[in-house]
Amino acid sequence: MTTPPDVLVSPASSGDADSSESTSGESLWRGAFKRLRRSPMAIIGAAIMVVFVAVALLAPVLAPYEPASTQWTNLSTPVFVQGSNSEHLLGIDRWGSDMLTQLLFGARQSLIIGVVSTLIGLIAGAGLGTLAGGFGGWVDSLVMRFVDILLSIPSLLLAISIAAAMGKSSFALMVAIGAAQVPIFARLLRSSMLGQNRSDYVVAAESLGLRRRTIILGHVLPNSLGPTIVQATLNLATAIIEVAALSFLGLGNDDPAVAEWGRMIVSGQDRFLVAPWLAFYPGVCIAITALGFTLLGESMREALDPKQRR
Amino acid sequence: MLRFALRRMALLVPTLFGLTVLLFFWVRILPGDPARSLLGQRATPEGIAKVNERYGFDQPIWKQYFLYVKALAGGDFGSSIKLHEPVLDAFVNKLPATIEISVAALLFAILLGIPLGYYAGRHIGGWLDTTIVSGSLLGVTIPVFFLALLLKYVFALQLHLLPTQGRQDARMTTDHPTGFYTLDGLLTGNFSAFTDACAHLVLPGLALGTIPLAIIVRITRASVAEVVHEDYVRTAEAKGLLRGTVNRRHIMRNALLPVVTTIGLQLGLLFAGATLTETVFAIDGVGQYLFNAIGVRDYPVLQGFILFIALMYSLINLLVDLSYGLIDPRVRVS
Repeated sequence: MTTPPDVLVSPASSGDADSSESTSGESLWRGAFKRLRRSPMAIIGAAIMVVFVAVALLAPVLAPYEPASTQWTNLSTPVFVQGSNSEHLLGIDRWGSDMLTQLLFGARQSLIIGVVSTLIGLIAGAGLGTLAGGFGGWVDSLVMRFVDILLSIPSLLLAISIAAAMGKSSFALMVAIGAAQVPIFARLLRSSMLGQNRSDYVVAAESLGLRRRTIILGHVLPNSLGPTIVQATLNLATAIIEVAALSFLGLGNDDPAVAEWGRMIVSGQDRFLVAPWLAFYPGVCIAITALGFTLLGESMREALDPKQRR
Repeated sequence: MLRFALRRMALLVPTLFGLTVLLFFWVRILPGDPARSLLGQRATPEGIAKVNERYGFDQPIWKQYFLYVKALAGGDFGSSIKLHEPVLDAFVNKLPATIEISVAALLFAILLGIPLGYYAGRHIGGWLDTTIVSGSLLGVTIPVFFLALLLKYVFALQLHLLPTQGRQDARMTTDHPTGFYTLDGLLTGNFSAFTDACAHLVLPGLALGTIPLAIIVRITRASVAEVVHEDYVRTAEAKGLLRGTVNRRHIMRNALLPVVTTIGLQLGLLFAGATLTETVFAIDGVGQYLFNAIGVRDYPVLQGFILFIALMYSLINLLVDLSYGLIDPRVRVS
């Protein structure tokens, strides 16, 4: 079976066929991108994201010191009390490592775990959602009952349970946080696919005699992805916060050589009275990064909303 | 309405059944041998065998599941391996502390969130609206435990305005007939115990309530902004109804529907968030108990607590669905 002619079924613009053709004739995605470029929220969000990703990738180049290298400059007084100085821009942490270096490498850890866990949630959730929304019937009931069970446990608790079951490692964190996202993606994709199921282009594809599987994977799925991509961006923010939360609860990677923002807060917490910045810097890093992804996700949601088009 | 309620409740049954299966097998795949963790490093093989026999860990897995469900049906949720107290008792004992901080958090979120959201929704695009929206975005993205630490640092350690941790001043000796320290203070007529318990709730409540606050603000704002443009609002205004009446009977009543759902959903999530907040403020509640149980692999406690929390969460969602009928007559008809 070959793909249908594009004239008949144009997946890009058929999201809401009647309004899009009459207004501008440009595709939903292109229009959305245009609106995104004009939104200050999106620009700030994207800027934060770019800086974060650049820092995470370039951490070895940017960092003034080796990660987790300890410099015991003075053993009689705790080094971390000194705060910032000319050699260490943000001071030294409790273990004698350069704070700035640790923060830069922490970004790397957050990015890797955040992205991988969201991908795990996205792939597993989207798979389940496609099964349920695309095939309906008993498959739908079965998948959705399973999703209901997962949803009956609050997501952080679900992540805590899985992380606790898998032991302390970065991999456990990724699986735990990813699994907690599965029900969200499954429900979202299912409902947006159900919404597409009766649209004109599906009827057209059916009347052309395409196989059900081809219609679902080639037409319904691509057209239902918009809200899912938005959700994935927002979930990245949640994932970065949850990584820190699980580390904070002692469920993260406990290898001291791996810098992680959540664990940095924990170790700074005990010295809060003498050196509050030890916990303050990593906390601010988490909040700003999460804010960046949230801003971008929210403005993407607005830009993709057909009601916003003029 | 009754049929709707019954059908909605019937849907809970397969979910809860599935949950017991999931929880049962999840607990079995946890690494670490419970007998070994109970007996410590000097465990002898005989000792391990004895513990396994006593708790039924030596039975085939399907039989263990069957015994588990049978016990559940009889109201027996097992006992903590470490502390030797029944799981149900432990949950009931720890619940008041968690409910208190959750209620404090929710009160803060609702009492501040709905007015702020309403104001922002009526003045979309104004500078105060922009401030409120930015603030709510920040509220969702700041990690709960970090906010808790900041609040503790500023208000307790630096300004000495509020207590740093716990539920009650250590020097205070009071009776606790209910376990709700605020209520106990009132019931025993000990007013200083009441104010002390309230003071201990402020910081945890603020920390835990920030995310629900941000979410309630945004939902209320969006909902109000949509409702004010409805025809019936214009009609009500054209009739010359007082502004307060239009706001209350026409705008708020319609705008509240999605807000109620949100509040219900948040209530369940508060229980998970409480784990973090209780850890920072050393509050002896459900979250901290559960967290300690994870550390020592106390299987029955984990199973029981997650089951109870999921049950409460599902029941709250059921109540939210049912409360629709009270707020929105249209749902009652259909």
